[in-house]
Amino acid sequence: MGFITQIMNGLSTGGMYALVAIGYTMVYGIAKMINFAHGEFIMVGAYIAYVFTTMLKMPIFVSVIASIIGCALLGVITEKVAYKPLRGSGSLSVLITAIGVSYLLQNLFLILFGSAARTFPTYMKSGTLNIFGIRITYISLLSLCLTLVCTGILLFFINKTRLGKAMRAVSEDRGAAELMGINVNNTISLTFAIGSGLGAIAGIIYGMSYSLINPYLGAMLGIKAFIAAVLGGIGNIQGAMVGGLIIGVAEAFTIAYISSTFSDAVVFGILIFILLVKPAGLFGKNVREKV
Amino acid sequence: MALLKTEGLGIQFGGLKAVDEFNFEIDKNQLYGLIGPNGAGKTTVFNLLTGVYQPTSGQIIFDGKSLLKKSPTQITQMGIARTFQNIRLFKEMSVIDNVKVGLHYSQNYSLFSAICKLPQYFRGEEAIDEMARSLLRVFDLEQFAESKAKNLPYGKQRKLEIARALATSPKLLLLDEPAAGMNPTETAELMETIKIVREKFSIAILLIEHDMKLVMGICEKIAVLNFGTVLAFGTPEEIRNNPDVVTAYLGTEE
Amino acid sequence: MSMKKNELKNMLVSFIFSMVIYGVMMFMMSSGVIGTYWSGVLILACINIILASSLNLASGYLGQLTLGHAGFMSVGAYVAALTSLYLQMPLFVGLIFGAIVAAGVGLIIGIPTLRLKGDYLCIITLAFNEIIRIIMLNLDITNGAKGLMGIPPDTNFTIVFICVVLTIFIISSVVKSRFGRAIISIREDETASELTGIPTSKYKIMAFVISAFFAGLAGGLYAHYMGMLLPSIFDYNKSVEILVMVVLGGMGNIKGSIIAALLLTILPEYLRAFNDYRMLLYAVVLIAAMILKEKDLIPHIKEKFSKKKNEEVTE
Repeated sequence: MGFITQIMNGLSTGGMYALVAIGYTMVYGIAKMINFAHGEFIMVGAYIAYVFTTMLKMPIFVSVIASIIGCALLGVITEKVAYKPLRGSGSLSVLITAIGVSYLLQNLFLILFGSAARTFPTYMKSGTLNIFGIRITYISLLSLCLTLVCTGILLFFINKTRLGKAMRAVSEDRGAAELMGINVNNTISLTFAIGSGLGAIAGIIYGMSYSLINPYLGAMLGIKAFIAAVLGGIGNIQGAMVGGLIIGVAEAFTIAYISSTFSDAVVFGILIFILLVKPAGLFGKNVREKV
Repeated sequence: MALLKTEGLGIQFGGLKAVDEFNFEIDKNQLYGLIGPNGAGKTTVFNLLTGVYQPTSGQIIFDGKSLLKKSPTQITQMGIARTFQNIRLFKEMSVIDNVKVGLHYSQNYSLFSAICKLPQYFRGEEAIDEMARSLLRVFDLEQFAESKAKNLPYGKQRKLEIARALATSPKLLLLDEPAAGMNPTETAELMETIKIVREKFSIAILLIEHDMKLVMGICEKIAVLNFGTVLAFGTPEEIRNNPDVVTAYLGTEE
Repeated sequence: MSMKKNELKNMLVSFIFSMVIYGVMMFMMSSGVIGTYWSGVLILACINIILASSLNLASGYLGQLTLGHAGFMSVGAYVAALTSLYLQMPLFVGLIFGAIVAAGVGLIIGIPTLRLKGDYLCIITLAFNEIIRIIMLNLDITNGAKGLMGIPPDTNFTIVFICVVLTIFIISSVVKSRFGRAIISIREDETASELTGIPTSKYKIMAFVISAFFAGLAGGLYAHYMGMLLPSIFDYNKSVEILVMVVLGGMGNIKGSIIAALLLTILPEYLRAFNDYRMLLYAVVLIAAMILKEKDLIPHIKEKFSKKKNEEVTE
């Protein structure tokens, strides 16, 4: 049963990656930029929950809501202050700015909370569920369920609501969407808010799973989630979810059957493989350049 | 023997036949026109001929060799050069450097000789400079040699694009709406230049143009494209009297 | 005739200029105006100049966004260090060997990846950077996470300075030649470049390999200056640091890269006292610089130094 347990382990980390990857993919789809700071939003989300629960002694529910709202606001403000002025300029300036935001948040939290890891509050009693001999921790189960629920709600939102339609329109052709009377600025803000809000949930799951948080937790998590987004086909929400789960499982298998030192290498290897074989990702479509 | 010959050339995008059964040939030193309504597939034909798109059917023979499965770079080196409907210069490079890129293979000094500043390097660079300047002179652009290409006025940018294409010493030059966006005087001037270019460089030219009068005025033969197929092919006189063309194209314009 | 004369004259002027700088620096170091500590900073600054100007060839002139320069640097560093540690070869053999191996790795990575563009290329080069680091972390010969110790500290200012001059000379020579024009045309418009007969893939790889070669050289110099190597030095943050130098100095502008590399190595040293806030400040400067640059509020170093006229042509 070890094999299936590994799959479950993988799916639970994968669920966390998926939530982050969805944020990445949405922002990329609409703002056409890699938000390198997205990983740091997750770190911020985890710290907000920590501050509200441990330091302010607020109930769990309030902490979670505060974390989501805080991250959503952070996402919107970052976009307005740092990314909006660069809209339409080369991807290099945008990339460097995003890296700048990422450094800024990392070092700000380093100054505020120190480099030592903080203990994340226990929101849920740790324990395992035994279903037909397969052991699953409660947290794994929660992580997986949250991912599926969030993806479901998001897909419904994007495909069935007016705002969702506006988002798809902006992603398809920003200029045309603007001419159709869609407020592009608001749509982009909304995308950042949703993406960052999902990041907050991922941050809380991270805290619960690893029970320690530090200012650097977002860096590698962000990169891996981005890889998941590329794997699924960037701009594609279902793709990001599947990509996240695949990355999680691949990592769990490497740790279990090869060596934990190679888990990052395997993830990067997957990225290289997919970009060389099918750059558009598993669910992406190829775009041809117009001459 | 024809310089360029296409047989049953076609390409599909998804289910759509953008170009279908395109049969055409052009001889050395000829000036041909390719006309047709918007969306008829004129630029797609250029993209097929230059290897930007790979045809889904048919054959292209250029100078006795097939162009199928050849890359745009190879095709350009074989002797087909082109310009673009929406000007695509190397904007941040100087006017003369744009032409010099086209002259890349006119000299063959090595990277090593460039780094070690060997005589071959200086000889090669001087030759390139001279050739580039004489090309600019043909288009009356020499005084702008050191300006950035993006700072040239529109009409001169089009001319520079032709100069750059000629720098690759083509046997066939494809011009995609060279007069687009020009006023009548500029257009007339450009057409004169095109005639001169053909004489001076003795090359074949195929041009896409919307201005019927202009095409009729300078082209020896004209192909009319409609819905991706050749509707008519002949001298300006024949085209003018072709009832199909009149109804499909000219008729709707007048 | 005039062209050759001009170029030879410029070369002579640059040579005299660099000799003067070298003389002044050597005088200041031997007379103690520049102490041991600052001499070290200067050597690191020179290594960064090599890194920035070589990345400028790939990112500035060729226009390909890459985030893996530190990977090539680490290959050069480890190979150079191992050549001296195990083969007891003199410094220059290690440097050249390291640079060649780095160029080889650049070739192997470049061939498949340079088909990708923009953000995708950036992320795949980052992935290769990380994979190289993980390999260094797991090999026996590199001594894993504990790193290499006791590398002969042979790098001195003279050697570094010669390498800087050579790097800049070679890269500028490439840029000025027909190969350089081909490389720049790829940045400007890849499709138009192909349709002007330029074998774009070949020249992309050429630029990438030259760029990796000099990154390897810089790595070798670094290894022999520090005397020790850890895989963690060469993570993607190092690549970002080099890219930032290129961007702030101006894409496709070697002089800008030199100035940016000097400033970004020397200025932070003055902020040692505020160590905690140093990175925070760096981040703010980075964001502000990008936004101001976009709004054209700071004059581009590029325009100032470039001889090409930028005024509008009027009829």
